[in-house]
Amino acid sequence: MIQQIAFIIVLGAASYFIRKRILVIRANIKLGKPKEIKDRGADRMRNMLLVAFGQKKMFKRFIPAFLHFFIYIGFLIINLEVLEFIIDGMAGTHRIFAPYLGALYPFLMNLFEFLAVAVLVACAIMLIRRNIIRVKRFWSAEMTAWPRLDANLILITEIVLMTAILTMNATDQVLQTKMPEHYAATGKLFFSANLIPLFQNMDVVPLVIIERFAWWFHIIGILGFAIYVTYSKHLHIFLAFPNTYFANLEAKGHILNMPVVTNEVKSMLGLTDAAAPTGPPAEPGRFGAKDVNDLTWNNLLAAYSCTECGRCTSECPANLTGKKLSPRKIMMDTRDRMEEVGKSLSTGGAGLGDGKTLLNDYITKEEINACTSCNACVEACPVMINPLEIILELKRYVAMEESGSPASWNAMFQNIETNFAPWKFSPADRFNWANELKNK
Amino acid sequence: MSDVTFSVPTMAELAAKGESPEVLFWVGCAGSFDDRYKRVTKSFVKILHAVNIKFAVLGTEETCTGDPARRAGNEFLFQMQAMNNIQVLNGYGIKKVVTACPHCFNTIKNEYPELGGSYEVVHHSTFLQNLISEGKIKLKEGGSFKGRKITYHDSCYLGRANNVYEAPRAVLEALDADLVEMKRCRTTGLCCGAGGGQMFKEPEKGNKDINVARTEEALSTGAATIAVACPFCMTMMSDGVKNKEREADVQVKDLAELIAEAQGLS
Repeated sequence: MIQQIAFIIVLGAASYFIRKRILVIRANIKLGKPKEIKDRGADRMRNMLLVAFGQKKMFKRFIPAFLHFFIYIGFLIINLEVLEFIIDGMAGTHRIFAPYLGALYPFLMNLFEFLAVAVLVACAIMLIRRNIIRVKRFWSAEMTAWPRLDANLILITEIVLMTAILTMNATDQVLQTKMPEHYAATGKLFFSANLIPLFQNMDVVPLVIIERFAWWFHIIGILGFAIYVTYSKHLHIFLAFPNTYFANLEAKGHILNMPVVTNEVKSMLGLTDAAAPTGPPAEPGRFGAKDVNDLTWNNLLAAYSCTECGRCTSECPANLTGKKLSPRKIMMDTRDRMEEVGKSLSTGGAGLGDGKTLLNDYITKEEINACTSCNACVEACPVMINPLEIILELKRYVAMEESGSPASWNAMFQNIETNFAPWKFSPADRFNWANELKNK
Repeated sequence: MSDVTFSVPTMAELAAKGESPEVLFWVGCAGSFDDRYKRVTKSFVKILHAVNIKFAVLGTEETCTGDPARRAGNEFLFQMQAMNNIQVLNGYGIKKVVTACPHCFNTIKNEYPELGGSYEVVHHSTFLQNLISEGKIKLKEGGSFKGRKITYHDSCYLGRANNVYEAPRAVLEALDADLVEMKRCRTTGLCCGAGGGQMFKEPEKGNKDINVARTEEALSTGAATIAVACPFCMTMMSDGVKNKEREADVQVKDLAELIAEAQGLS
């Protein structure tokens, strides 16, 4: 009974904190500008199923995809066991599903254990890749102490949680032989049975304590991890799904139009359509983005969905040739700034008016000016994040609000304005090339 | 040199005669002004003549699509350019546009529709591929390209931006050439370094220029010809070859030039 009450308190507390964090994240995403995404539901669903659920883009790089796949499947399936944990915890039962599932139960336990071992091995290899082999993309400039620690904490936590499952099952199997009336028979489990010799000669009391400890450790670990995830880059385990659903469906070369500008240009050219709906003229607001609230909620959702894998940066031509631009850093900065603003607002602080902005304080002009808009980052992202959209919005702000583009771009703008070509040629000479096809 | 004169009809001339072309050839700024890319423009015109396609150009009525301005953040300038071009194109009732510039192609195809300009837009690589598959361009087997090693450099605005990966390759295959791929190709092709307005400014500080990095990848295939399908890629790869002092044995050529060469049109 005490155990049940304790469990319900733990579960309630965890739910409380998780709910609070969800509301914070939701509010932070809503700092972004509204953008209606309601079109092409079937295509969006297809993207979500293929890319998030089906891991399609992960498999462009086989080794990490293969390792990740086990962790992903383990996460999906082992969580079924957590359902049993929760019911057992609340009802004070032990392995409540065992009698109902019969022979299927040991099969499921073996499957879970296989996945637990696979997750454990995959996480261990990933730790080696990060810390011993030092795969380059995990050590770029933006991978400072916290992002590296965050990644390692996640991997270590998963290893520890899987070890708890295997320990629990091993002690459970010993207890099945000693107290069959209390411990439902699962038979020998393929993986954890190997741990039995460690516990075989123990008395019942320490065995029960170890089994209970492992059980509690696992469930508290999972709940604690769920809270941790909301502060971590690991949030992709949930947000990859909405992010792929709301991802861009247009050709990658297409840049989002600015209807405000269209209206102004039309009226400048005397093209205003008399039949056009005549509402009150929309407040033009800021052109482009200086801070997170100038981006759309969709960009901010993407920043929360980023798990900092760095595939984007490892494909970026600017980054590959030593420039400061890193698409991953664009997403990390957007997220950090959004969290900073949100935190400030929730504590009665100045929020967006704290004297800092995403542009300049987080992302410099030198970074955005190096972008070739080649879409390599967009193509590389396994969860369809588009760093290019944010870079472009920042460039728009610099060009249109500050006239602060590089001098040679300003010269290019001037050439287009006066000569209708980005180079300084006379428009009257535009057709001269055709003369070279004559009189030869 | 051939003494044939290739006429280049303008839309204004055709409209005056009450005629309309099968396709409008959008030449683009590089195709009009850049000495190197003008050769591509001329090659493409010769091909259009050779296959008897009724085409026209806008001549001096054509202006920059606005692509570099938009990518550099100047949306006003882009939309001014776009609106003016759309007025001209719509005024002539243009239905189909072909261009040898992936940036013009992308802008007119993807970005003009929401500003009121909807046309069927094809890049010259797809256009050439169609001419070959329709049998209008006949390439002799075992021609001068047989066994010649060619590598194709994907233009970002053709490839990733618009999923045109196979048409340029199909054109090269038709030449009976030995097409060798770089390690980064198709969806993972490395940019030449000129997109997003980079063509018009110096690169930021780094440890290498992007075009040199890409040229090194192209040279490592051992190809004697680097095929491109974009005026900016043409400039960047040519500069890269010069940087590596390989102009003597490695050529950078556009698809249209290679076809014109194979057809004896150059």
